Amino acid sequence: MKRFAFPAFAAAMLLLPLLPVPDFWITQSIYIGLYALVALGLVLLTGVAGLTSFGQAAFVGVGAYAAAYLATQSGLPPLATLAVGVALAVLAALVLGALTLRMSGHYLPLATICWGLALNYTMANMEGLGKYDGILGIPALSLFGVDLGTGRALHPLVWAIALVAALAVVHLLDSRPGRAIRALKSGATMVEAMGISTFRYKLTAFVIAAVLAAVSGWLFAHFQRSVSPSPFGINKGIEYLFMAVLGGVGHVWGAFLGSAVVRLTEDQLQVLLPKLLGTSGNFETIVFGVVLVVVLKYAPDGLWSFVGRWRPAGAALRDWAGAEALPKRAKPAAGERLLDVDKVRKQFGGLVAVNDVSFHVDAGEIVALIGPNGAGKSTTFNLATGVLPLSGGAVRWRGQEIAGRPSRAIARLGVSRTFQHVKMIPEMTVLENVALGGYGRTRSGVLRAMLRLDRAEEKRVFAEGEEQLARIGMAERMHELAGNLPLGPQRLMEIARALATDPALLLLDEPAAGLRHHEKQALAGVLCQLKAEGMSLLLVEHDMDFVMGLADRVVVMEFGNKLMEGTPAEVQASPEVRAAYLGTEH
Amino acid sequence: MDATIASILALDGLSNGAVYALLALATVLVFAVTRVIFIPQGEFVAFGALTLALLQARQVPGTVWFLLVLAAAVAVQDLAAGLRHGQPAGRLAMQALRTLAWPVAVSLLAIWVAPKGLPLLAQAALTVALVTPFGALLYRLAYESLADASVLVLLIVSVGVHFALVGLGLFFFGAEGFRNPSFWDVRFSVGALTLSGQTVIIFAASLALIVGLWLFFERSLAGKALRATAVNRLGARLMGISSSSAGRLSFTMAAFIGALSGLLIGPTTTVFYDSGFLIGLKGFVAAVFAGLASYPLALVGALGVGLLESFGSFWSSPYKEVIVFSAILPVLLWRSLRDPHGEDH
Repeated sequence: MKRFAFPAFAAAMLLLPLLPVPDFWITQSIYIGLYALVALGLVLLTGVAGLTSFGQAAFVGVGAYAAAYLATQSGLPPLATLAVGVALAVLAALVLGALTLRMSGHYLPLATICWGLALNYTMANMEGLGKYDGILGIPALSLFGVDLGTGRALHPLVWAIALVAALAVVHLLDSRPGRAIRALKSGATMVEAMGISTFRYKLTAFVIAAVLAAVSGWLFAHFQRSVSPSPFGINKGIEYLFMAVLGGVGHVWGAFLGSAVVRLTEDQLQVLLPKLLGTSGNFETIVFGVVLVVVLKYAPDGLWSFVGRWRPAGAALRDWAGAEALPKRAKPAAGERLLDVDKVRKQFGGLVAVNDVSFHVDAGEIVALIGPNGAGKSTTFNLATGVLPLSGGAVRWRGQEIAGRPSRAIARLGVSRTFQHVKMIPEMTVLENVALGGYGRTRSGVLRAMLRLDRAEEKRVFAEGEEQLARIGMAERMHELAGNLPLGPQRLMEIARALATDPALLLLDEPAAGLRHHEKQALAGVLCQLKAEGMSLLLVEHDMDFVMGLADRVVVMEFGNKLMEGTPAEVQASPEVRAAYLGTEH
Repeated sequence: MDATIASILALDGLSNGAVYALLALATVLVFAVTRVIFIPQGEFVAFGALTLALLQARQVPGTVWFLLVLAAAVAVQDLAAGLRHGQPAGRLAMQALRTLAWPVAVSLLAIWVAPKGLPLLAQAALTVALVTPFGALLYRLAYESLADASVLVLLIVSVGVHFALVGLGLFFFGAEGFRNPSFWDVRFSVGALTLSGQTVIIFAASLALIVGLWLFFERSLAGKALRATAVNRLGARLMGISSSSAGRLSFTMAAFIGALSGLLIGPTTTVFYDSGFLIGLKGFVAAVFAGLASYPLALVGALGVGLLESFGSFWSSPYKEVIVFSAILPVLLWRSLRDPHGEDH
């Protein structure tokens, strides 16, 4: 049933003009397609990536004005004006994104409001763009000798573009770059620790949204045969967002549903409301505004969630049997100095959280970092992996200074980690979460993903993910949503994800917390096996039985200082360590 | 341009900038306490100016009906929530009374005195009394139940509220624009500069409000509670500071500041039902300059926006808005260089 839904919908929309429907409905349907293209970009940007833009109407304007100006002034062919419009939109998106996306998420929308206003005033005042009157007399669209001058002729093109774009976005979301974009909402720390540049993917999502809007604008200009500033103002920008939210901002098809509902009710409201209120004016904004707030309060998933839930295609399928294994990095020779933590220091204002702590991890070793709560163990972890900047000291990886590098660069060197408080994407499956770890070992980019040229590589990633999950005994839960797992399995999933990066050194922050006894034993078995394979491990742990049975060396911290270092037996015998844990007799 | 023109432009820019500063402060305040990016801040400005204009014309301003509608909506929302939780009738009645008392009282007063033509200052006071309750009512209608939502969701809600308020503004105030009389019709000559009484009032009122805000945050318990909520909402809640009453208070203050700004700016420009958006956004550019966090930087930014606007309109009048809103780009560049690790969730 679900398999036939898209072809049937596509066929219906493409063939609609052949049916004896009145021109009015063809026009409405074209507008729905044009709006849906823009709203689709907002689904990707707002619903998936967790950013938003109120300036999408301005990007539509860029596409429309580029088409109008170039077609009337220079007589460039339509495909050339499309290319110029898209290029301008990409340029604007890159500038706005580069300026805002390194900062908190709310700077982008604020910048897009200003950009939308500035652009609109420019359109409305520039002599060459016809000021408030705009540009008239845009020639009819004609592609490859086919005249698309009428609504009926243009309709299939609009919908073909909209449907192809929707399909491309669906494909994108179920891919290597797509998982990175879907992970953006959950904060940067974990995603960066998987070697992914969050900035790059925020920018990618914003640029894709801008391109979709500019294409919509190009079609709009050729459909209307004239452009003027008002359809590209800030109000229209907000309306596009409204369409996406109403339809369901997390769902690709919500963009279409929202656009349809808004387009079809807008006309009615424009007639009905002034009659009802007894004066003329754009009162539909009242309804839109109130409905927007009500939807966000009571149905944040939008209307589409009532129609059907979008699922990543093929997620429940297992089609990667026999896929070639991903390339593995050469493991360092046993005994090589891997991680050298040299007098690292972290101060938060006047508080010294980590006070000149030094230790090292050699290849093939399991080193445990223990200490009472608040000793600075997790902070030390964060310093070593680049999650927190150092206040002083040095961290070297195989002799190379790595302090001050971003955590994703350190991750790419072969240092992978888990987190004390599990960090994951709850709305992705366990397998997809683990596949995030395979990011650095694969190459497919946005275009390959949209064109579905990444399937062979995807199979290899999922095969790797399943293998790592099987290793920690979670293969049978791989299709569950990660958010539905209990805490213990969530921690195990994090270990599988870290393993999927093919690390040389694995840093585990309290891996055994929340596990049952037999699960702990199984985990200890896995860690021993990893060590036998040449992996090195650094763990923070509270469970002494677990640590003492496993570690080659133990580093004890207390109040930010290193108390001692030695074999498990030496540490257990140390009176200082006992005092640190149990207090001293006075 | 010579020094005379430059000083006239500077004076003009600074007096507008002083009003933007008030709006920027309100924006920073609301964001710090509630994480709401309050796009509709400018609407209070328009409502304030229009209310005074209609009182001047001895009409009952649309604000009265608008206020009653909002208060009724909140009362109904409370009633529905109360009935769902099975609260006793007495408590429901008390709650409704608390919501409705001030809006109804001030509305009745306005209806009674509007045709009589009060002195200007009394009308101004009545205006502030009418517009200020909008803040808390809007907070309760749109934001309160979403207090734990993400900044993004709250921002989109703000945009929805802005849409609704502008549409309702058109209904309650009509499409006509108004220019208010000056509060103080004198002119001082300082060298080549002519200082109008209204300019003096703008500076004095802005300064007084800024000092008042500073005293409020430094000296009063309510101000300290708001600061505590801004620093850590959960921690403040554990100390017995209700984040929802902190939200109401900050929105009330924002509405008060907005209404006052409307009174200040009303005599200098013609205000329409939808003029507030652009005015508010200029305060916003200043607030962004301040990283939505620093009050002194917001003040500096707002004066900068005012100056940019007045000089921009001298250089190229049709493009003054383009110049002001494009100025956000270098501001953002500066911010991202200054604070590249502003990542927080």
